Amino acid sequence: MMRHILGPVLVILCGLLAWEVLHLLVANSSLPSPLATFVEMGVLLRDPDFWKQAAQTAQAFAVAVVLSTVGGIALGVLLGMKRLAGQVAEPILVNLYSLPKVTLYPVVLLIFGLGISARIAFGIMHGLIPLTLFTMNAILQLKPVYRRSAAVMGLTSWQTALRVVLPAILPQVITGARLGVSLCLLGVLIGEMFAARNGLGYMVTHAMERGDMPTVLAVALIIAAVALAANGLLLALDRSRQP
Amino acid sequence: MSAAALAQVPVVAPDDHHARLRGVTRIFGPRNGTGVHALGPVDLDLRRGEFFSVVGPSGCGKSTLLDVLAGLSFPTAGTAEFEGKPITGVPAGVGVVFQEDASFPWLSVEDNVAFGLRRSGVDGAEIARRVDYALGFMGLKAFAKAYPAQLSGGMRQRVCIARTLVMQPRLILLDEPFGALDQQTRLLMGDELLRLWRETSATVLLITHALDEAAMLSDRVGVMSARPGLFIDVLDTGWPRDRDSRIVSHPRFGELTAHLWEKLRAESLKHLRGS
Ligand SMILES: Nc1ncnc2c1ncn2[C@@H]1O[C@H](COP(=O)(O)OP(=O)(O)O)[C@@H](O)[C@H]1O
Ligand SMILES: [Mg+2]
Repeated sequence: MMRHILGPVLVILCGLLAWEVLHLLVANSSLPSPLATFVEMGVLLRDPDFWKQAAQTAQAFAVAVVLSTVGGIALGVLLGMKRLAGQVAEPILVNLYSLPKVTLYPVVLLIFGLGISARIAFGIMHGLIPLTLFTMNAILQLKPVYRRSAAVMGLTSWQTALRVVLPAILPQVITGARLGVSLCLLGVLIGEMFAARNGLGYMVTHAMERGDMPTVLAVALIIAAVALAANGLLLALDRSRQP
Repeated sequence: MSAAALAQVPVVAPDDHHARLRGVTRIFGPRNGTGVHALGPVDLDLRRGEFFSVVGPSGCGKSTLLDVLAGLSFPTAGTAEFEGKPITGVPAGVGVVFQEDASFPWLSVEDNVAFGLRRSGVDGAEIARRVDYALGFMGLKAFAKAYPAQLSGGMRQRVCIARTLVMQPRLILLDEPFGALDQQTRLLMGDELLRLWRETSATVLLITHALDEAAMLSDRVGVMSARPGLFIDVLDTGWPRDRDSRIVSHPRFGELTAHLWEKLRAESLKHLRGS
């Protein structure tokens, strides 16, 4: 138990130390010290306006996660079952995904307007394809002998899907979902930074324009903590299934 | 000597057959002559309760033959029947053990073994009884709660055999089940297989590339030609029913193995030269 905690604690301490050193090296005003940042964080967490912005982001993030998870798994299963379709789709998806999506954001804004739906769409653009690819590949790589065994044990195709295919692909789907969740958050935040009047992403850009570095760092830190927590939760979920 | 020039031996026993193939041919891909002619035409009768092994060079259609009997693949031509009924899907009463590790890594050993039974409508008490018996029979009791990842390849194959055993199959098909195991483990697994065969009085069809395994375990051994696979010889071993791996020291074991090799040498050479 101690050893599990020791590692992360050491990493955090080293990070703080490096931060402090950087703060001392860089001109004072442009990189606030850890202490100043934590003080600012305390102020923010007591500020109702911060929570209003956070709620905006959380809403867009939640919808984007749900839609890209459901959509990504459904699309991945579909493409994985139709082998040929999967083989055609894979390079297209990979190329599509490697496009710098920010350049497409004006198009998204044109379609969805300045509201929350544009940010949701942008989150989905980031999160959907990785999960689709993970799910599809998990199905394509499924050992044929699993399905053959299911057939000789007299399982119906529905039972095979539920009892064999699903548990067999689950580890990769969860990995894909973990990636998808982080990327959704990224997409939503970028969306807010570029074109929005609310949300945490907007808060960061706005603070940056004011030169308010402690706020920028404090918000970034809070977002990072939430992202890490979400990732840790999914990781724990993944581990809990393992023997 | 080409496969066509060999006199094909029909492996036919009209009296008491359990499974029967007549003119079974399998061609993969287009039938206009460009497809892969994998098997046949093959005639084969498996007698009820016998231990029949098939040996042949790799790629000669042994797995294809097994798939036809298991109802996993349908012949391009010819007929296949099990217990007098044509095989139109996986027949009830047929169990299969594959070469690859087919144990499910997300289930414990006992859940793996119970897997098929739980989907077949057998009641809980009966499932528990059969699983317990199969675990004991295969020496897996101590590993009931373990997961496949914690077991050796040999133990995992035992799990797969136990999983087949609990379904109480009347015909057990095994496709090179010990192919991935070392020699000593293979001999011991062979003994277990003989024990299982005697205990269940099932008919066993074992596909193997190990001639000694075929000579030691079987009542009859069918020798297949290079692709397209045909039976070019059938050997009666004449072993008593209660045999085990110690018969390897019997002089006839050497004779049988030598005979099988003589039949197979030319065919294996063909495969090696890639014809
Ligand atoms: N699904 C398939 N499509 C095309 N060719 C196949 C397929 N399955 C097997 N074959 C070919 O049929 C031949 C016999 O295969 P198989 O029955 O697996 O041989 P064995 O089990 O004796 O090694 C091989 O040449 C193999 O490449
Ligand atoms: Mg084979």
